[in-house]
Amino acid sequence: MVTAAIAYLAFAIFVAGTVWRVVAWARVPVPFPIALTCGQQKSLDGIRAAWLENPWTPAGAACRTALEALLFRSLFRNSRAQFLPGPRFIYRPALSLWAGALLFHVCLFWVWIGHLRFFVDPALLGPANRFVDAGLLAGLAFLFLRRVLDPRLRYLTLLSDYLPLALLATVASSGILMRWWFHTDAAAVKRFALGLATFHPIAPVGVGLLFYVHLFAASALVATIPFTKLAHIAGVFFSPTRNLPNRSRARRHVNPWLAPAQVHTYAEWEDEFRDRMRVAGLPLERQ
Amino acid sequence: MAEPKPDELVQIDYAPPHAPWPGPGAQFRKGTYSHAGAAKNLKYLGLPNPRDWQPPDADWKLPENWREIVIQGMRERLEKYRSFRLFMDICVRCGACADKCHFYLGTGDPRNMPVLRAELLRSVYRRYFTPAGRALGRLAGARDLTVDVLKEWFYYFYQCTECRRCSVYCPFGIDTAEVTMVARELLNLVGCNINWIVEPVANCQRTGNHLGIQPHGFKDTLDFAVDEIAELTGIRVEASVNRKGAEILFVAPSADFYGTPHYYTLLGYLMVLHEARVDYTFSAYASEGGNFGMFVSHELMQRLNAKIYAEARRLGVKWVLGGECGHMWRVLHQYMNTLNGPPDFLEPPVSPVTGTVFSNARSACAVHICEFTADLVAHGKLRLEPARNDRFAVTFHDSCNTARGMGLLEEPRLLLRAACNRFFEMPENTIRERTLCCGSGAGLGGDENFETRMRGGLPRAAAVRQVKEAHGVNLLACICAIDKASLPKLLDYWVGGVEVAGVHELVGNALVIEGEKPRATDLRGEAYV
Ligand code: SF4
Ligand code: SF4
Repeated sequence: MVTAAIAYLAFAIFVAGTVWRVVAWARVPVPFPIALTCGQQKSLDGIRAAWLENPWTPAGAACRTALEALLFRSLFRNSRAQFLPGPRFIYRPALSLWAGALLFHVCLFWVWIGHLRFFVDPALLGPANRFVDAGLLAGLAFLFLRRVLDPRLRYLTLLSDYLPLALLATVASSGILMRWWFHTDAAAVKRFALGLATFHPIAPVGVGLLFYVHLFAASALVATIPFTKLAHIAGVFFSPTRNLPNRSRARRHVNPWLAPAQVHTYAEWEDEFRDRMRVAGLPLERQ
Repeated sequence: MAEPKPDELVQIDYAPPHAPWPGPGAQFRKGTYSHAGAAKNLKYLGLPNPRDWQPPDADWKLPENWREIVIQGMRERLEKYRSFRLFMDICVRCGACADKCHFYLGTGDPRNMPVLRAELLRSVYRRYFTPAGRALGRLAGARDLTVDVLKEWFYYFYQCTECRRCSVYCPFGIDTAEVTMVARELLNLVGCNINWIVEPVANCQRTGNHLGIQPHGFKDTLDFAVDEIAELTGIRVEASVNRKGAEILFVAPSADFYGTPHYYTLLGYLMVLHEARVDYTFSAYASEGGNFGMFVSHELMQRLNAKIYAEARRLGVKWVLGGECGHMWRVLHQYMNTLNGPPDFLEPPVSPVTGTVFSNARSACAVHICEFTADLVAHGKLRLEPARNDRFAVTFHDSCNTARGMGLLEEPRLLLRAACNRFFEMPENTIRERTLCCGSGAGLGGDENFETRMRGGLPRAAAVRQVKEAHGVNLLACICAIDKASLPKLLDYWVGGVEVAGVHELVGNALVIEGEKPRATDLRGEAYV
């Protein structure tokens, strides 16, 4: 029963936290249309505009955001600068982070979908796959090792950046051990999971220690998502530099909190310079 | 003060310090920071806490409750800017942005990595606004707001040119320029700003332009430019000021009227607008397209920018044409319509020459001169003799703001290809949306900030050196007033033998004006080859 309570609690924190987090972002206005343009704007007919990298329609911007969320478009641009005598810089394409991050996220997503087999009958999606499991571990190892091996990354990494990695490593390794080596009674797990899903929780029977490690670490991970940098999962869709179309001159973007400017008016200005303007022959509003 | 030599500055140590972040606070070393805003300018603008002080002083004479002011200011902005709130929350410290900042590349200082620049603010955000930061402090990457932290903000947020290059590479689009803009607003709440910004802003508020040119002086300059063109071409162009009933209001950065080499760009505008028979006027009241208010706060940006629409309305023009300038166009393109629009007294811009409707500007009613002239060239309305620019091998430097805050990439290139025979691009990673900043943008162009500017501009200069060595490039064309002011010095320092010019200067050189006499020299008064 305690096990089920912990799982419920983690899930509740996750749901409530995510709602809180997303609402907190969504209710803050986007005061200015600050699209970041990475390609040619739409202007003259003879010039080809970049509909995806510099979208001028909301649909284009949605595609841009989707590409960012699904394929990590911006990371794909990554390069590494090297300073050489001359002075000279060269910028080498650096795709390892893109590849490693994509590997990790895709495998994690696959495994997560695969867990649905414990909740639905019959199991439809995402069969367990040893390549995916290996990919997940490799991705995790990559994300961890680059933080400890690259001096620059080590310096900019905070202690709190290791926490999600540690939790993920615990969840993934305990899961993989159960799946491939220390077989756990899948039917028992499924009974437990279905109990949770149907709000008739039962205590898991006949599962080993690894199962508890797996479940508790996963609970901790899920519960921290809204409160840590893991919120990037939702945040990427909110980023105004990516999800806004670049059409601010074609269509006015309204800022809900803006007050009219305290202008130094033309009349005040002319009052100060009238005599000199008259001498210079400039037109005046008042003589 | 002796300026450091290039071979001293290239000794860049990229190895991060042994002590973990955040480490010791900012070191205000001469040549690496800008002078504090003078009290008289703050007073004129009604900004808080005017006083005499300088950044190296131990006592910054902050108001007693400065911490509450800053935290309260942060709270307000977290409620007003989704960008700010989001960017405080979602950075995963992946490091993709780390070596994309020209200041990091030029100094090796880890706090110039965009991620750690933002972390200066983010750590304080966590401490006062997140449950984890409140409870766990350092463990959660949070820290108290102290005077030393404030000083660090000042040093590093006045060491960011708001160029947005980091954002191109960030998987979440985190734009450190947004963070810098908010950080500068916070610093301004307690009177911590720099004179190279607040002085132009005060000038602009009063006279209508950053340089403080008064209306009669403004008219003199234009008259002088008209005379010079007459001497060169035998053609007397018209340049009216504050003329009601003109079709178009033309607004340029004020440096174009007084700066060198900006001035030759002004000559180029005048010649093109004459040849196209455009009915336009300048305004002495709205004689500034640039907007240093943007480098103080959104409020000051709005105040200065308001003059453009106000003047367009008073003069009864149909639409606004804007000159070559970077941050001016960030404001005109992404802010003006929201800040001071809708300009329902204007009409959607139509080129009086070609009939082209600038539908991309139909609401803000403001067209970039490169869009306008490129349209003329595309329709064959200008006769250009590119051979007149044959003494130049030309490259093009994209201004950060027009590249990443607008996407004006091909229009200037179209003009350069039409006006010059020899045009060469710099390496791919240093142009277009990946363009490298001149190192002096966002108000950091003061002489006293020399070392930082040269360091920040090093990556750009290095790319120029590459095309100089490969193709004999001896002229860098650009469409930004700050570039024109800062790049000549930068390129002299790092490269040598490369001049800087506006795109419209080269167009003006190549332009054959109907009825003109044979020209003896180019716009700079130098012989054609
Ligand atoms: S690229 Fe974006 S997410 Fe990565 S460290 Fe920089 S700001 Fe953070
Ligand atoms: S906006 Fe430009 S100057 Fe500022 S941190 Fe990003 S790359 Fe550096």
